[in-house]
Amino acid sequence: MTGHEHSQVEVHHKEGFIRKYIFSTDHKTIAKQYLITGIIWGFIGMILSWFMRLQLAYPNQPIPLLEKILGGWAEGGILKPEFYTALITMHGTIMVFFLLTAGLSGTFSNYLIPLQIGARDMAFPVLNMLSYWVFFAASVVMLISFFVQTGPAGAGWTMYPPLSALKNAVPGSGFGTTLWLISMALFIVSSLLGALNYITTTLNYRTKGMSMGRLPITVWGMFVTAILGLLSFPVLLAGAVMLIFDREFGTSFFVPSGLVLGGQPVPHEGGNPILWQHLFWFLGHPEVYIVLLPAVSIVGEVLATNSRKPLFAYKICVGAIIGIGALSMIVWGHHMYVSGMNPILGEIFVVTTLAISFPTAILIFNYLVTVWRGSLRFTPGMLFALGFLGLFIPGALTGAFLATAPVDIQLHDTYFVVAHFHFTMATAAAFGMFAGVYHWFPKMFGRMMNDKLGKIHFWGTFIGVYLIFFPMFFQGIAGVPRRYYSFTEYNFTSQFIGLNKFITIAAFIAGAAQFIFLFNFFWSMFKGPKADKNPWKANTLEWQADSPPPHGNWGPELPVVYRGPYEYSVPGAEEDYIPQTASIKVEAK
Amino acid sequence: MIKKLLTLPLLILVASFSFGQNATLKGVVKFKGEAPKPRLISMKADRQCDAMHGGKPVTAEDVVVNQNGTLKWVFVYVKEGVKGKYSPPAEPVVLDQQGCLYHPHVFGIMVGQKLEVRNSDPLLHNVHSTPKKNKPFNIGQPVKGMKSYYTFTVPEVMVPFKCDVHPWMSAYAGVLDHPFFSVTDDKGEFEIKNLPPGTYTIEAWHEKLGTQTQTITVKAGETKSIEFTFERKK
Amino acid sequence: MSQNQSKFHGLLFLFFFILGSIASVWVVLRNGWWLPELASDRETIDKIFVTIFIIAGILFVLSELALSYFIFKYAGDARRKAFYLPGTTKKEILWSILPGVLVVMILEISAEFLGGASIWGKIHGEPPKDAFLVEITGEQFAWSIRYPGPDGKFGKVDPKLISYDNPLGIDMSDEASKDDIVFPAGEGVLYLPLNHPVVLLIRSKDVIHSPFIPNFRVKQDAVPGMVTRTWFVPKKEGEYELACAELCGLGHYRMKSLVVVKPMEEVQEWLSQQTPAGDIYW
Repeated sequence: MTGHEHSQVEVHHKEGFIRKYIFSTDHKTIAKQYLITGIIWGFIGMILSWFMRLQLAYPNQPIPLLEKILGGWAEGGILKPEFYTALITMHGTIMVFFLLTAGLSGTFSNYLIPLQIGARDMAFPVLNMLSYWVFFAASVVMLISFFVQTGPAGAGWTMYPPLSALKNAVPGSGFGTTLWLISMALFIVSSLLGALNYITTTLNYRTKGMSMGRLPITVWGMFVTAILGLLSFPVLLAGAVMLIFDREFGTSFFVPSGLVLGGQPVPHEGGNPILWQHLFWFLGHPEVYIVLLPAVSIVGEVLATNSRKPLFAYKICVGAIIGIGALSMIVWGHHMYVSGMNPILGEIFVVTTLAISFPTAILIFNYLVTVWRGSLRFTPGMLFALGFLGLFIPGALTGAFLATAPVDIQLHDTYFVVAHFHFTMATAAAFGMFAGVYHWFPKMFGRMMNDKLGKIHFWGTFIGVYLIFFPMFFQGIAGVPRRYYSFTEYNFTSQFIGLNKFITIAAFIAGAAQFIFLFNFFWSMFKGPKADKNPWKANTLEWQADSPPPHGNWGPELPVVYRGPYEYSVPGAEEDYIPQTASIKVEAK
Repeated sequence: MIKKLLTLPLLILVASFSFGQNATLKGVVKFKGEAPKPRLISMKADRQCDAMHGGKPVTAEDVVVNQNGTLKWVFVYVKEGVKGKYSPPAEPVVLDQQGCLYHPHVFGIMVGQKLEVRNSDPLLHNVHSTPKKNKPFNIGQPVKGMKSYYTFTVPEVMVPFKCDVHPWMSAYAGVLDHPFFSVTDDKGEFEIKNLPPGTYTIEAWHEKLGTQTQTITVKAGETKSIEFTFERKK
Repeated sequence: MSQNQSKFHGLLFLFFFILGSIASVWVVLRNGWWLPELASDRETIDKIFVTIFIIAGILFVLSELALSYFIFKYAGDARRKAFYLPGTTKKEILWSILPGVLVVMILEISAEFLGGASIWGKIHGEPPKDAFLVEITGEQFAWSIRYPGPDGKFGKVDPKLISYDNPLGIDMSDEASKDDIVFPAGEGVLYLPLNHPVVLLIRSKDVIHSPFIPNFRVKQDAVPGMVTRTWFVPKKEGEYELACAELCGLGHYRMKSLVVVKPMEEVQEWLSQQTPAGDIYW
């Protein structure tokens, strides 16, 4: 059972520019397209957060530059509150879906799955191309919503109705929300096409000798992610279509009867707003792991390679990843402890949520043991992988507060939550993505990234992230609610005026560090020193292909796998690594 | 002689177009019966608003019966009978938000005329207008001195304005495609100028007490007085 | 690759976490950033919070220090090979699972056995019969407040009756309505009796809101089409702030109300001075 084998060698013929770089069916090109689109979205999302931070640090103070950039949204240099809600909505949507789902999963699932399992391409290359272009269409629609007169969607990335269902509820609930829903529907279609491909390819296209038990942890991560996406995204798609119906065709799935908005009666009747929350979080929580698992698995791979040690307890790690995936489907209710949901459900979700900390703790501990007594090599990729652990630990630990329903009464929808999810899924996942980019850049583009700039980028980002988000835990403990346009209105929030300025400065410094990455990325793509086949002396299959691998990845013969992916520093071996294709026998004592 | 014969009608024509021909409509709106006790607005929940009024409650402007038994804030306008097109004046109508109240409470505005919504309070007001025929309008003004502009495209009587942050704040705009409207003042009086001779339906609108209409005919140069009387609805 | 094997990064990690921890403790203590002063009977929430805080704090410091120390200590060395530890023997596997079990057990214990389940049950269970009733209704962007009046019963409401004069749509044909005391949105103050259970009935007229009183550890979404409920006992006299915790639109950040806690007699006296609904609506 080693899966499908290509019986014929694909012949390379010269392709035109459009076929090669734009409408390409090559998984490597599609991965690069995802990566570059994701990076663009990442920068857009980050700049949106700068606007938010400026407002929070300098509420009610005119900043003339803002008017120059944002025009009517910041008349007289003061950001409008309705634009602030649009900012939080778009920042969340862009970062979670466009950067950390499409940008992360899209890039690395596409790039690594065929290469690491020894396939020539995805199972359905045309579907794969379609997946990217549907995502591109979703991106264009989302981008257009910035130029709608009433502005982009403004009900938060969670789009809770009735705020999102009633077109007059907030300016962004007008055409902006319609575009948001269309864009999300397209996005989900794209994710599903991708997920189908990843699952089929992993199951059927493994080369000879590549049993499931020899898959690199990355492929496992991407595989479980794809399954999660396939199971949970359709639910949000259904929810989005229902919300479109509520908005455009007068149905009432989510809008109850008897509402009066701005003094005007609302014609809907018979819906329930909590239904949306269930549908949304049924995707929304697995989504956290759709974002996290690829990052976690990339980190595992990078840690093992650069610690020159086997990934500790590989089988347990794989089990933990599967466990996290399975449990993530039954914890969504912890987002809804104070939503008016049946309190007995609340109790159940406390238990499932605490249960998910079990595989998570195992995984992180195994990673720590992997580093222990290793021979660490601090490449930028490795630093980001270590940084991932450094960020994920406080993120995961603070999850315990929020999982406990009574404590969540106080902390729900405060900055504690903001800090928590930025540590766990936002910045940690971004660090996983950076680790992946630095690690596989030589393979992707055949050139090395600049090492010094990479390290400066790491330290700027790591320290910056801590300075931004760590203080937010204490803001949250003091009760500061999230999604507030300014903190000047309450006594219990105005004590943090100084801290908000500090956080804003940190946000600008951490943001500036990203431009170092941007420069390094594009400069190295053309000017970086040429990379060897295997610059990191790694075991997995992709390092046996050329850098960059040609169309079809391998020469006339597919690689044959003889061993697991993590045989580093095996006693008795000549080198401290043994590629999966090496057929030599080494007896480990 | 011929010259004289020509100039005379010309003079009459010019004179009639400039002032002689148009009539003025004046009047008063009375309130019959016992004046209702003014409703008090407590601004206790917003300390900033409360402080602007020295912590004293403010009276609502929904039913204001003047000292002389007349009714304030009645919108009187020509409902039917206006012929011809009128272009809107260049200067905007100002709706000011001051002391967490709208000023004025009721006003008229022409289609295409600019409405300037101004915030004179150092706190957030949001201007939420919910017309039926025109485009709805919902905008936040977090800082003192902010101004927003809006124009109406279709006649509509009346367009309500509300501040969602201070739900007691309300204002009404009568949007018309001609300039023949007026709002009663502290003496219950109104005046519509420059009305061309003809027969018109005049409507008086009050937010709580409903509407009343009268049909009148005005001749050139005439100043006509009419009267409306509203009663407390039971 | 010698520059990739220096101790520099490990030192920086160690330096960052040690200095960071000390600086955080100092800044937090100096500014007194903590839970707002507790003014209700929900001290169990604080107790669980503090317990988890201590456990999580210790785990945080330990694991970050371990990570930093590993990075410092095991920086690559040309003379030393990494220690081969695949984690495949039974003993090793046990070691890999044990910490996870421990973490979960500690968390479970702190969450459930310190009374987490019981306070959750209490908050959502039946309040005492003689509790003081208040109804709070959210709308963009202010709260309406209604007291049941001397009969202790709220009159029926019907959204169809909502108008400028009757902001809650109270059905005046219902006998129980006549003595209700109503404060239209933005005009009311939440007067609550000291040391007496208070039941908050929560409604919304338009979108989802969430009344949040930080000092009381009270937060419960106001869901349109539903009446949600929470109850607590105010334990300290004074004035508190009520905020909205669920994004409800552009004025979300200042959708506030004032909460005043006074002894029962003063609250009753204040209530008796208010005009009941039957005398206002016409």
